[in-house]
Amino acid sequence: MKAILTLLVAALVCALVAAPGAHAAEPDLTELIDGLAAKSFKQKTAAVERLAATGDPRAVPALTAMLEGRLYTLRTDGRVVVAEKSGGVFVLAAPLTGESLGQAVKKEIKKVRVNNRLRGLLRGVLGGLTLLSPDMDTRRAAVDSVLKARDESMLPVLEKAISAERDADLRGRMEMARAAIRLFSRQDPDARRTDLEILSGHPVPEVRSLLAEFLAGPARDDPALVEAGEEALDRVERSLEMWEMVGHLYRGLSLGSVLLLAAVGLAITFGVMGVINMAHGEMVMLGAYTTFMVQEVFRSSFPGAFDYSILVAVPLAFLVAGAVGVAIERGVIRFLYGRPLETLLATWGISLILQQTVRAIFGPTNREVGAPSWMSGAIETSTGLVLTYNRLWIILFSLAVVGLIALVIKKTAFGLQMRSVTQNRTMAASMGIRAGWVDAMTFGLGSGVAGMAGVALSQIDNVSPNLGQSYIIDSFMVVVFGGVGNLWGTVVGAFSLGIANKFLEPLSGAVLGKILVLVAIILFIQKRPRGLFALKGRAVET
Amino acid sequence: MRNKLHTILAAGAVAGAILFAGVARAADTIKVGILHSLSGTMAISETTLKDVMLMLIEDQNGKGGLLGRKLEAVVVDPASNWPLFAEKARELIDKEKVDVVFGCWTSVSRKSVLPVFEELNGLLFYPVQYEGEESSRNVFYTGAAPNQQAIPAVDYLLSEDGGGAQRIVLLGTDYVYPRTTNKILRSYLHSKGITDADIMENYTPFGHSDWQSIVAEVKSFASAGKKTAVVSTINGDANVPFYKELANQGIKAEDIPVVAFSVGEEELAGLDTAPLVGHLAAWNYFMSVDTPENEAFIEAWKAFIKDENRVTNDPMEAHYIGFKMWAQAVLQAGSTDVDAVRQAMYGQTVANLTGGTAVMNTNHHLSKPVLIGEIQDDGQFETVWETDGVVVGDAWSDFIPESAKLTADWTYPWVCGNCEAPKYD
Amino acid sequence: MTHGKSHFLLGDRGGLVLLASLAVLAVGVPALNLGLGPESALHVPDYMVGLLGKYLCFALLALALDLVWGYAGILSLGHGAFFALGGYAMGMHLMREIGDRGVYGNPDLPDFMVFLNWQELPWYWHGFDNFGFAMLMVVLVPGVLAFVFGWFAFRSRVTGVYLSIITQAMTFALMLAFFRNDMGFGGNNGLTDFKDILGHDLQDPATRAVLFSLSAAAVGAAFVIGRFITASRLGRVLVAIRDAEGRARFLGYRVEYYKLFAWTVSAMMAGVAGALYVPQVGIINPGEFAPPGSIEIVIWVAVGGRGTLYGAVLGAVLVNYAKTYFTGALPELWLFMLGGLFIATTLFLPKGIVGALPMMTDPERGQWRKALAVFRNVGKRKAS
Repeated sequence: MKAILTLLVAALVCALVAAPGAHAAEPDLTELIDGLAAKSFKQKTAAVERLAATGDPRAVPALTAMLEGRLYTLRTDGRVVVAEKSGGVFVLAAPLTGESLGQAVKKEIKKVRVNNRLRGLLRGVLGGLTLLSPDMDTRRAAVDSVLKARDESMLPVLEKAISAERDADLRGRMEMARAAIRLFSRQDPDARRTDLEILSGHPVPEVRSLLAEFLAGPARDDPALVEAGEEALDRVERSLEMWEMVGHLYRGLSLGSVLLLAAVGLAITFGVMGVINMAHGEMVMLGAYTTFMVQEVFRSSFPGAFDYSILVAVPLAFLVAGAVGVAIERGVIRFLYGRPLETLLATWGISLILQQTVRAIFGPTNREVGAPSWMSGAIETSTGLVLTYNRLWIILFSLAVVGLIALVIKKTAFGLQMRSVTQNRTMAASMGIRAGWVDAMTFGLGSGVAGMAGVALSQIDNVSPNLGQSYIIDSFMVVVFGGVGNLWGTVVGAFSLGIANKFLEPLSGAVLGKILVLVAIILFIQKRPRGLFALKGRAVET
Repeated sequence: MRNKLHTILAAGAVAGAILFAGVARAADTIKVGILHSLSGTMAISETTLKDVMLMLIEDQNGKGGLLGRKLEAVVVDPASNWPLFAEKARELIDKEKVDVVFGCWTSVSRKSVLPVFEELNGLLFYPVQYEGEESSRNVFYTGAAPNQQAIPAVDYLLSEDGGGAQRIVLLGTDYVYPRTTNKILRSYLHSKGITDADIMENYTPFGHSDWQSIVAEVKSFASAGKKTAVVSTINGDANVPFYKELANQGIKAEDIPVVAFSVGEEELAGLDTAPLVGHLAAWNYFMSVDTPENEAFIEAWKAFIKDENRVTNDPMEAHYIGFKMWAQAVLQAGSTDVDAVRQAMYGQTVANLTGGTAVMNTNHHLSKPVLIGEIQDDGQFETVWETDGVVVGDAWSDFIPESAKLTADWTYPWVCGNCEAPKYD
Repeated sequence: MTHGKSHFLLGDRGGLVLLASLAVLAVGVPALNLGLGPESALHVPDYMVGLLGKYLCFALLALALDLVWGYAGILSLGHGAFFALGGYAMGMHLMREIGDRGVYGNPDLPDFMVFLNWQELPWYWHGFDNFGFAMLMVVLVPGVLAFVFGWFAFRSRVTGVYLSIITQAMTFALMLAFFRNDMGFGGNNGLTDFKDILGHDLQDPATRAVLFSLSAAAVGAAFVIGRFITASRLGRVLVAIRDAEGRARFLGYRVEYYKLFAWTVSAMMAGVAGALYVPQVGIINPGEFAPPGSIEIVIWVAVGGRGTLYGAVLGAVLVNYAKTYFTGALPELWLFMLGGLFIATTLFLPKGIVGALPMMTDPERGQWRKALAVFRNVGKRKAS
């Protein structure tokens, strides 16, 4: 594998570094591309090798298409084409010239299959080719490929890329890649020590991996080198460990934000109104299914604007879940005020009915909710810390939702009425506040917020009729831990439980970690029987 | 007055249920029990199997039924509740007098109904891949045993085509199937020269939804300078968040391939698979396999369920094979009598949907081909490797010392599901 | 107080009827099952014996919950935990009775330990070979857990919904713990494949009939104990605590000790229910710890009517019978039926089925009027 790569890249590099003038004859290249559609993976590998050996950059589109699974053969004459799916048909293009070849239906073409080994090969070949690309992201990806492949033959083009690179960070990465390659290729101990020095400044997992390999392999016979290597590894590991703590913190915040989103609606229906709302999870589920419906409409009607579907789904989910919440309040819960335990019974019944209704309409299987492009992928810092975009957005979203609720409660007329009804219903009613209306709206607000949480959760979890069930217990824990009736308590409760969980998980495993957190909650409630932020005053006793 | 009513009610409530016993109806049809959860956590997987059974029964009735009698489906909902499975199994056999039952998904549900089937001499067809270590005379296992799924998959990972992995991460949900499978795999990996230092094992609870830490841990385990692959026995609901996290943390199949044993077309239907292309699954069936039988099956399924987008998967094929075999055995025996049908089952053959022929062995497990497929961006799998012929399902694994000495063979002279020597010699 | 011993039972007609029906069941069902052939119209089929036995175990569990919820005002969302612990204690004994008849034929270790490579029996499994010890554990383990849990919670004055949620946390944590295969309780599969109990084959109808009669007797005994407690002075204090905990405390009662007593007794009853349940259904697994299961227990009691003890029995039997019936007859629709039942019960029968009886006999004075009044009041509130 490695030898092949060396050969290929060497050929490519020669073609690149030297003047890329002398192309092989054109029919030859077409023939080679047709060879990519060979029957076995072995033959395909050989075809890729042959194609790369021509050193012709015009092969790049064909190789890229092959890597991305867009390369097909026509069933009629076995010609290789690039096919792009568009609605029900495929749009065909010639792999070499890019000229359009019309359309075809699925039955007329056959995909050129690749496996992981071939993918790795293709990526390595393309990495060498794109190191000089004008696009910075492409170059960054190319450096990563080069670092992974770690091939001596890439040095010349790497040197060239380093001298041309203007971005300091990227140049640093390129130098690291160069040091990584040289560390294994150079024999001079002093030169190697320099490489180690460079590498030790880059705390990334790949460096740790190659240092470990270096210590086990080439360095073994030279005690001085072993010492230097271990020192470098030590430095890398120390700072990786530090960044790992940051990673734990981020993951804890992220879990906390998920808990917060799931619980914040409950903090209103349960915390403020005193309804033991077992149907809360189903409101979250309704929000997730609303997202699914919105995306279906976008997929069929506005595929171009798919990235914005989530933005439409958020208010819609609020309205759908909110409306269902108002209906539940008007239909059932308003008859049960003052009997909180009976709300448990009734809302449990409602939750069963809602689950089965969704199952009957959408089927019991998972539904696909896609991620908009701005929520896919991650920020990867040069230290190996991965901050996934979807989690980042969810953290921000949860804070925004809480801020919005606080604003509604503190600054609007409705919020004022809501607080007054909670504190003293009779007095509020006698002041002319329509207590029944306020109840309905408050319950609607709590449910609507749960619906919005559903939009966010659809990005990280299953969208199935069971979605709500998996969050209901955690939500109650968060609200009770934070202190019933206190929004701030819910926020602090959610984040502290999330972070505690994520710091415990690597130490004790996921299951034990969760058990420990539950036990901690039980013990904590003994210490503070009314949660983190207890309400004070007479109202507490009733 | 008031107390009198109390009297009637209290007496009625406790005793009244008895009257519901009901008299068994005359057997003018052949009754087929369907024991799959239609609500609760497992409904997501099992409801489809109920629908497949209804389709197969309808199809058979279209051909005139069996032995001149129509088939009648008896559907019950055990609601993902394991003791309820046992209760419903008893109800099907004892009260409804069904001739055969197709059902169960999880191992625990099978374990729960097993004593009932053995006591009442019922007949169960179990369609899901499982951990093995069992052979009951009253159960036919039409899903894969570990040697029909796990071992070929690991072979592929270690091979040059599969990337030549040298470190293996075993990720699983904490229950008996992953535990047993991973135990078998660990001992198999040892035989391939991979030491414990290069094996990471991790278990998570059912429905685990926060995979950030574990995926990060896998990434760091993979950065030790050796090619690493993941073997996943993560169950059901937990898979979607797992794959979403994999995609977002940018783990590419060519860097760290993940091969899964519980992820099929149905599970992928809830996912955008574009970032997952190249990750693997090992099954005995893929929807994408191009054979006339499969095409006809998919067409019939889509027409029956009235949804062009529904997919087919491996347990559905298992029910298809199981039902066909049972029907053939009933015809051969000329009766639906459980003992007669069981005898007729041995050596029964049915054409696989993926080509080749499935055979029922005397250990109640099937011989089936093993396929390894890569996830494609359209939610389907593409076969990248398959066994040359069929693999005989092993009830008892050769890689667990206690179980290696056991044999399952329900024909003379063995007549036993877990014996070290024949019962009759 | 001055109530004679005869009063605490004889004064309660509903209770007497319950005891009488239990006695009839305990004798009648086995007789009709074993004595009559299947062709007879009055024959009780085997599966019905098992089913009724299961209902009776649930009834006992509901009764235990009613003792704390209906009388002491402690809403436990974790009673399933005590039930499951009792069940596990019984299950462990039954596992030991299998001996070397497991699939691997290992005389020392249960099957699940054999194939997970356990070398020796964990210490906490020792003693369970002995039936008496196991039965002691059936009441002791839930009892001790309840005592410790209650000791802390009641002394810290954790009440109301906070208490409910931490009981839920308790059962949830136990569920996760028992799911772990490393715990040595069989993980998700739990304990199963039992062969016999005290040498009697568990698949033998006669053994089943005896277990059934024992369950009926246990419900009866628990009812008598419960009635004795609630009718005593202690019971009256409990009701006082339920209705106004603060006042009871100011009157000088050590509220936490009264609560702790009822709570521990209730947990032990739940443990017995679990122990009777396991041999009749043939499996115990961590699913019994699941929080929704414990919520369901509350619902049985609410449907039957809390604070009467026999209402809990009635509710448990009715709801479970409805579940059995609907999951077979209407497999796609039964959740609608069950959900509808719960909503209707809360809206129209606020005191459960038992509480609804007077209003049927006298619509002018009964609950029905009160229920209607709720609607009227809402109308008024809206108008104002």
